[in-house]
Amino acid sequence: MREMPDTNSLLVLEDVYKAYGAKVVLDNIDLIVNGGELCTVVGPSGCGKSTLLRLVLGQETPTLGRILINHKAVGYPCPDRGVVYQRYSLFPHLSVIQNVVLGKRLSAGIFERISRRQEFLDEAMYFLEKVRLAEHVDKYPHELSGGMQQRVALAQSLIMKPGILLMDEPFGALDPGTREEMQVFLLELWEEFGMTIFFVTHDLEEAVFLGTRILVLSQFYSDDRGDACAQRGARIVADYPLARRASSTVVKEQAEFGELIQKIRHEGFDPGFRQHVRLFNLVHDDSFQTLTEEEHNME
Amino acid sequence: MMRKSPFLLGIHAEPPRLLRPVLGILPIVVLVAAYLVVSHVRLQENPRDKLTPSVSQMVSAVKMMAFTRDNRTGTYLMWADTLSSLRRIAIGLGSAALVGLFLGLHMGMLPGMGVTLLPAMTFLSTVPPLAILPVLFIIFGVGELGKVMLIFIGGLFVITRDIYYATRRIPREQIVKALTLGASQFELIFQVVLPQIMPRLLVVVRLSLGAAWLFLIASEAIASTDGLGYRIFLVRRYLSMDIIIPYVLWITLLGFLMDSALRFIVNRRYPWYAAAQ
Ligand SMILES: Nc1ncnc2c1ncn2[C@@H]1O[C@H](COP(=O)(O)OP(=O)(O)O)[C@@H](O)[C@H]1O
Ligand SMILES: [Mg+2]
Repeated sequence: MREMPDTNSLLVLEDVYKAYGAKVVLDNIDLIVNGGELCTVVGPSGCGKSTLLRLVLGQETPTLGRILINHKAVGYPCPDRGVVYQRYSLFPHLSVIQNVVLGKRLSAGIFERISRRQEFLDEAMYFLEKVRLAEHVDKYPHELSGGMQQRVALAQSLIMKPGILLMDEPFGALDPGTREEMQVFLLELWEEFGMTIFFVTHDLEEAVFLGTRILVLSQFYSDDRGDACAQRGARIVADYPLARRASSTVVKEQAEFGELIQKIRHEGFDPGFRQHVRLFNLVHDDSFQTLTEEEHNME
Repeated sequence: MMRKSPFLLGIHAEPPRLLRPVLGILPIVVLVAAYLVVSHVRLQENPRDKLTPSVSQMVSAVKMMAFTRDNRTGTYLMWADTLSSLRRIAIGLGSAALVGLFLGLHMGMLPGMGVTLLPAMTFLSTVPPLAILPVLFIIFGVGELGKVMLIFIGGLFVITRDIYYATRRIPREQIVKALTLGASQFELIFQVVLPQIMPRLLVVVRLSLGAAWLFLIASEAIASTDGLGYRIFLVRRYLSMDIIIPYVLWITLLGFLMDSALRFIVNRRYPWYAAAQ
């Protein structure tokens, strides 16, 4: 664990709070993510994972605190940060290839759009081949299965080469078989393109399988602020580095894998177990924590 | 034993496939037959009765209106009427669609414009257009402009509001997604959102057609020198049911064709839209 945030990192969150009206959703989030990481975020449903992702994306602003991407405060959503949602990532009125080439076209000027038309299409084809959809390029999203739609969404984001790719339960709507296929597939792409991914999911197994680092976001913790039962905003209650094993689902059978899942389930998902803020398992090298007075008022 | 569903009655009825079109056409056949019987009986009693003309009387009336040059104006009246009426609807509803699309799209995408204009649009769309027909005639005159304006205003606010809501229904995720793909505000509105709204525009125009015909016929009835509505109300003075009935059927057919054409275009050009419904 670090004491001070190192602002050279790709993504830095410091003392970030988010409240909707009186309801605090995120409470004092401190986080650093370095390039190349596949950082997964798990937590109970409704704890604020999507909110955290929206803050990083710039879709919403934090109530307090600061968020830096490449040393700059985040602004509105822009091509620096790609996003894949569970749904609505694709434009229904565009065919597969048009969906993938769209980013290239939108980012180019009118003349470039015409003069480099073929180049853009070739590049889109390249990524569609990468996601193994070369034979479906002229179909529309509604003609594709859920898994294929998400692969198009991946190609659509990849072509922009974003500094960080944010994914909000991207495989959440898929059946278990397709889901597992997509996980393996994402790992292949992550390795091949050296991406940095921020991956939100409520599925612990998925998070542990995919990540090089896992963050556990949870409202089930305690501190010295009194009124112990009051609803707290979620915090990062645990932060583990994960060994990047073979990108095969075989690891899911291993005992070690199951033990970590059990441990995280206990730490983050069990309302009866409330770890004190000072005792969080912030094991990862990049994790840091700045506690307020009330929070760590020790004696 | 096989379960046997009743043909026609009860919630478990399964009308046989072949019988369905026959059943569907039955009420129409009954209506026409009833009319023919009544017309026949009444004409037997009084050959000069004008209320329920026979088919041959209507055919000769149509021949006169549609296929004989009118002495006074030198035109074929029914075609001239049709052309005038269709032109008014096309201009009135067409311009309402264009302006409504522009306003609704921008109100939906630009919050500043939305909060400024939405209350006014809601208020204006509640004003019954026919109630302000006299005002329109006073401002725009009883000529073409007055009638077209009635259709325009009768369609505009409804279309604007509908397009506004259609724009707002586009998931926030999709807007954000477009921004992460490098869309400027202009590109977002015109290249990402507008193409998705187009089929909805055609649908709302289709749904506005009924009202447009109503406004057209009302304004033609009150002040006009030609048009389908004008003719119906003109010949009413002479109780010419032999002209009125074919005209009404003709208007119905025109409305039906316009409706079908728009539906066809939506299904044909925007298959993804139909799939999402
Ligand atoms: N726009 C909003 N207004 C009010 N409350 C919200 C809003 N967005 C999310 N919330 C609340 O914030 C909490 C966290 O939501 P979310 O981030 O979607 O959770 P998760 O993705 O972990 O399931 C929920 O209790 C939700 O009701
Ligand atoms: Mg969520």
